[in-house]
Amino acid sequence: MSAEIKEKEPLFSAKNIKLIKNPINFSNPITVQVLGICSALAVTAKLMPAIVLSISVVVVMAVSNVVVSLLRNGIPPRIRIIVQLVVIASMVILVDQILKAFVYDVSKQLSVFVGLIITNCIIMGRLEAFAMSNKPWPAFLDGIGNALGYGIILIIVAFFRELLGSGTILDIQVIPQSFYEFGYKNNGLMILPPMALITVGVIIWVQRFYTRDLIEKN
Amino acid sequence: MYSNAYIFRYSAIMVIVAAALLSTAAMLLKPFQERNIAIDKMGGILASAKIPDVSADNAMKLFNEYVEEEIVINQDGEVVDSYSDGKMEDGKAFKIDMKKELYKKSKGEPYELPLYVINKDGKKLYVIPFRGVGLWGPIWGNMALSDDLNTVVGVTFDHKGETPGLGAEITTEMFTKQFIGKKIFNDNNEFKSIVVVKGGISKLPENERIHGVDAISGGTITCNGVNDMINDILVSYLPYLQKNR
Repeated sequence: MSAEIKEKEPLFSAKNIKLIKNPINFSNPITVQVLGICSALAVTAKLMPAIVLSISVVVVMAVSNVVVSLLRNGIPPRIRIIVQLVVIASMVILVDQILKAFVYDVSKQLSVFVGLIITNCIIMGRLEAFAMSNKPWPAFLDGIGNALGYGIILIIVAFFRELLGSGTILDIQVIPQSFYEFGYKNNGLMILPPMALITVGVIIWVQRFYTRDLIEKN
Repeated sequence: MYSNAYIFRYSAIMVIVAAALLSTAAMLLKPFQERNIAIDKMGGILASAKIPDVSADNAMKLFNEYVEEEIVINQDGEVVDSYSDGKMEDGKAFKIDMKKELYKKSKGEPYELPLYVINKDGKKLYVIPFRGVGLWGPIWGNMALSDDLNTVVGVTFDHKGETPGLGAEITTEMFTKQFIGKKIFNDNNEFKSIVVVKGGISKLPENERIHGVDAISGGTITCNGVNDMINDILVSYLPYLQKNR
């Protein structure tokens, strides 16, 4: 099927590039569509789990988008949501099992949140809105794009929360001991979920400052 | 329009394919996962005995090096199994599932508990594994006692999903280092456990402070869980501890 697309348009045509680029900024799942906030709060206290969850979401989303797109002509519309769920759930369980086998420490930290990728509305949303009506290659790009848009925000939030909340980056101490001797203290509030929301809020503010098109007219 | 027969056929095939895929993956990955869980358990036992530089890579090697005996005791404190030759991860004690044994205990049935004897620089240490409930899920850990079966050498705690920054702080050095040097029996040989005190041990009378540690502010329910876990588990080991002191 991909050969067929090649004849019509190059793999990385302007239109296809847009599928990746758009969700990172103009239609970012977290900051513009405000989806997937739950996991953004939960896993961003430290950078490492945020990175691993982002990678997991990229994999789950890309693969389920492609699978659903390949099946799209055979899926009976009446049970399409169930089919999508089965595809996502199988992928998520696979990812969870692989994490448990090869990066046990991280999977312990992520605990239930890998499982909760199933309930991440971004994934269902993309399957229903995009993969069900597009060919596998664009669906693949769309999946990667949206997952990246989600992951980037997660990583930015986690970076600031870990830096200010624990004084570390990826568990390596970055704020020098001498700061603490002068009375600097880690901000315990940054570790709590509310600060993730506020950090996301600040990111939305910065994003809208640079991307004026996103600001509502009235 | 798709017929009902088509929908049934479609879903049946889909479910079979998904089930086959997942069960294959689970079977292939199981040995790796079990190894990780075992290594994690070993790491905790070694860390409680303050063995230096324990990591996931060397835990299995160090575990075989330091653990000299694995004992299984029953509810009356009698030794029912002792294992000291061969690979330590194959011992009966290491394979005991604390959750199941504690469930048997709660139902009043006979149960068996593991105890690890560590030889650290010629000194014997006894490591007791813990399991209990926190705020959101299970908590567990290990406590290493010195050869008087009274003084705490070190503890480790771990949890499934306690609140980060609050209850989850039980795993930190800041909390666990308080246990070092505390005693579980008083001078009259009465069992005292180690209590986790909300508001700090300065609230306790002077002679009780050796049996207490400070709780974590904001993590009260988790700390209560730790407190109950320590007490419940130590009580289960009490017959053995008293016989062998």
